Amino acid sequence: MTELDFSVIKNSLPYLWKGLEYTLQLTVVAAIGGVIWGTLLAMARLSSNKFLSMAAAGYVNLMRSIPLLLVIFWFYFLSPVLLQWVSGMDRPPQIGADRSAYITFILFEGAYFCEIMRAGIQSISRGQVAAAYAVGLNYWQSMQLIILPQAFRNMLPVLLTQTIILFQDVSLVSLLNVTDFVGAASKIAQRDSRLVEMYLFVAAAYFIMCFGLSLLVKQLQKKIAIVR
Amino acid sequence: MDPAILFEQVPDGDGTWIMSLASGLKYTLIIAALAWIIAFLLGSILGVMRTTENKWAVRVGNAYVELFRNIPLIVQFFVWYFVLPGLIPAVKTWVISLDPTTHQFVTAVVCLGLFTAARISEQVRSGIQALPRGQRMAGNAMGLTQAQTYRYILLPVAYRIVIPPMTSELMNLIKNTAVAFSIGLVELFFRTREMGELTFRYFEAFAAATLIYVVIAMIANRAMAFIEKRTAIPGFISGGAGGGGH
Repeated sequence: MTELDFSVIKNSLPYLWKGLEYTLQLTVVAAIGGVIWGTLLAMARLSSNKFLSMAAAGYVNLMRSIPLLLVIFWFYFLSPVLLQWVSGMDRPPQIGADRSAYITFILFEGAYFCEIMRAGIQSISRGQVAAAYAVGLNYWQSMQLIILPQAFRNMLPVLLTQTIILFQDVSLVSLLNVTDFVGAASKIAQRDSRLVEMYLFVAAAYFIMCFGLSLLVKQLQKKIAIVR
Repeated sequence: MDPAILFEQVPDGDGTWIMSLASGLKYTLIIAALAWIIAFLLGSILGVMRTTENKWAVRVGNAYVELFRNIPLIVQFFVWYFVLPGLIPAVKTWVISLDPTTHQFVTAVVCLGLFTAARISEQVRSGIQALPRGQRMAGNAMGLTQAQTYRYILLPVAYRIVIPPMTSELMNLIKNTAVAFSIGLVELFFRTREMGELTFRYFEAFAAATLIYVVIAMIANRAMAFIEKRTAIPGFISGGAGGGGH
């Protein structure tokens, strides 16, 4: 058995930290963007407009039936075209995989957040909607003031759990050579031929972070349950 | 967009691109099927363990689930593929004796099987816990052993309840085989990317793969719906909400 040498981790901590920073940043941005996009999708899915609800359902089902890895590569190639179309630029902008990942994860996780928010909206009794309309609120007002705040609150633990999954999913961008946490570890592991130490460290680090976060979510869940 | 590319010959290979994708699909499905067997058996055992009165069984089951749920799948692949042989000399000698493809294949099946087992155990546990407590008591009262209670009373209903979330787990497993690409396994996603890289027709390649994955998802969905219908007990409403995750 070759000797384990964990000094490689100590020496590369600044680089690993930079990778982790990217992972965290992408997670937070994608979670916020994904929840917003997912909420809009959920409202579309529940709308009485048939075309809108079918389009949203089709989008969500498509995203949920293909592997994330395929989606990541799709958007890596499509993002420049997409941005050109949105911004009306003359030519597709050059964006790297590290930046296209933001678009990928917002659009992909939006599909999963949509299903959570849909359940959240449906958990609010219909009487509340009726009451909102009865006091003269329009659709957007009743959503914004009555339905969504309660839906968010009810679904907060599930939304956070999904965010932990998102945090783990981000690691797949390392396959596009992006220096996220796993990407940084892979690069050093290969440079120094220290795969065993590096990947053990990464696995342990993820475990501690995700397990800790999931404990926090559990605590929060209890807190919310008591208040109710 | 020109689907004709799919019927062009693969350079220095025999057959067309569509055949190349099909051979990748074959690996994807075989790996998913074998991993599902491991996941279903181990997941059921763990799920049952977590509902028993035995404290240690519950602890071991919970620890397993937390361990496999809180490490990203790609890192688990790396641990099985790089760390395990590097850490244990016996595994290393065995791995060296295998050809690389077999090594990747075995790694993928074991890794996906054990990963999915954690998720199946969650479903089995919640299925058993969804049953009224009286069922277990009735089993005990009739003089059944604990094993018999599970075999004849609890599990037959619990499995039926969790068919819908199990369907999503099966589809997750099929999708997750794409991560085996990270250790170089030549499955569907690997073939797709290879086609894109060699022909520069990424759009066609990805569109074809997307279509294949969507069709598999639909077939898996229909198949499970069929099983659900065939096994339904009159008078029971099968329910159970599928959670998030992928």
